[in-house]
Amino acid sequence: MFYRISRIFALTFFAALIIVPVLVVVFGTFKTDLEVMTKPLSLPERWTLDNYRTLLEGGRITTNFRNSAIVTSASVVLTLALASLASFGIARMFNKSAKVLLTLFLLGLTIPGATSIIAIYQLFQSLNLLNTLHGLVLINVASTLPISVFILTAFFQQIPNELYEAAGIDGAGPFRLYRSVALPLSRPSMGAVAIFLFVINWNDLLYPLLLITQADLKTLPLALLDFRGEYAINFSMIFTAVMVASLPMVIMYLLMQRSFVAGLTAGAVKG
Amino acid sequence: MTTIDTGARKGAGTRSRGTGKSSTALKRIHDRRLALMILPALLIYVVFYLYPTASNFRYAFTEWDGFLEPKYIGLGNFTRALTNDDIFRRVLGNNVEFSFLVIIFQTALSLLFAIFLLKTTRTSVFLRTLYFFPTILSSVSVAMVWQFLYEPNLGAINTILRSIGLDSLALSWLGSETITLRALAFTQIWFHTGQMMVVYIAGLQQIPRELYEAAEVDGASRWQQFKNVTWPMALPTTAVVMAYTTIQSFRAFDLVFAMTGGGPNNSTSILVTMIYSTAFAEYRFGYAASLSVYLVLFIVLLTWVQRRTLRTKY
Repeated sequence: MFYRISRIFALTFFAALIIVPVLVVVFGTFKTDLEVMTKPLSLPERWTLDNYRTLLEGGRITTNFRNSAIVTSASVVLTLALASLASFGIARMFNKSAKVLLTLFLLGLTIPGATSIIAIYQLFQSLNLLNTLHGLVLINVASTLPISVFILTAFFQQIPNELYEAAGIDGAGPFRLYRSVALPLSRPSMGAVAIFLFVINWNDLLYPLLLITQADLKTLPLALLDFRGEYAINFSMIFTAVMVASLPMVIMYLLMQRSFVAGLTAGAVKG
Repeated sequence: MTTIDTGARKGAGTRSRGTGKSSTALKRIHDRRLALMILPALLIYVVFYLYPTASNFRYAFTEWDGFLEPKYIGLGNFTRALTNDDIFRRVLGNNVEFSFLVIIFQTALSLLFAIFLLKTTRTSVFLRTLYFFPTILSSVSVAMVWQFLYEPNLGAINTILRSIGLDSLALSWLGSETITLRALAFTQIWFHTGQMMVVYIAGLQQIPRELYEAAEVDGASRWQQFKNVTWPMALPTTAVVMAYTTIQSFRAFDLVFAMTGGGPNNSTSILVTMIYSTAFAEYRFGYAASLSVYLVLFIVLLTWVQRRTLRTKY
């Protein structure tokens, strides 16, 4: 009895702790700022799209959105391509250097990227990569390669040799085997890694903060900080910006909950 | 941290790939082509990740403002941090408190919710999805929402507290040198408990049903079942959860930076945010680099200690 009651209480409490803030934000985007402040928890008295209109008319958020979309998709595609090639290579290599290479990549998992920001800044400055979107893509790719290689190598190592033999392409070169056997088989793992990469690249603040100062190159999380400065304590506008920045991930999450949970957990556990 | 089992590599010894007559020469050609496939990833990783990590260690031994030539000063930065930097000491204390709170509560809560939601029913699937939801948000978005909730005068938390007569608990959540760090830890726990709960659920599902059935036959209470079956059997998962939570708490740059920027008066600054501000607000690049060497050391040490204590028991 005690167990049952405390279970229900704890579960309800934590559920409310998530639902209430979400509703405050969602409703808040349709309210005037005064209403957000005075009645944060209630439904909007009169639903208005003014916040969205003001935000979009400002025009900057569309630029930020585009930057985020470009950087995120380029980073994800490039990381997946490079990591799956490399993981296949490592998993299929005969000699011992494969193990050394894997260890080298794993090193990146134990050292958080945040610790080398000074040297990264310096390197990007000397290569003229500050304030460029491709620079941001490069650091995203480099910093997510370790986890991607780790997950995909584990997967490729599980493909038994017989499958390559069964494919009936004896004597085919490694690239052919990669393309026509390994790659099709790896779709679920690649999907999980892709989701993981999407979320961390889309949400990242540290690297854009470090490398981008030019307003028209800023990504959404970085731009959100500016919005806060600009709108001071105009929370209805801040909520609207938060909403626009989070919407792509939220929609994807609602559409593919299972793959999201699987992808993000794989990234977490193995990271 | 866990699962690559290099020992179990398929065919590590029996690599007769394809026809079974692959000669050493053929293997070598294969390996050469495979090496070419690894090369692009390796190149980007080494140039943009490993190289900066290495040069960061080099900078740690210099005095450097980021513009002029770095000046070599030996261990100067390291000793200054330990003996002559009150802020560093304070930040270290903050980091320990923050990480400790997050590790303990996030692990306990995620285990609790995993036990509560282990059975797959419609409600539990819905709640799992809901609890996991914050994980997909950006730290900046989370920070802004919680800034509003914590807002002292009109924020939702204090409004609710006042409406139920708990005026004395309506504190200045983000403006206090004593409680703001805890408020941050609370947000971090809110942010990632769902994710760790999913890890625990996966772990708990591996525990054989028979163990519980046997315990029930013996008349074991719920608590005894937890103590004698769930907890010991889930220890490997606990190790994973704690290791990840530890690293996550040391990495919480985005959340702290966006929510308090380390303030008020450095009371919520943790190592990563101090490294950032030392370099990019004070232009003490060499000193900041030495702090990040300390950070790496702490993480390695903590992970090692956790692995030892949690693995030997099991």
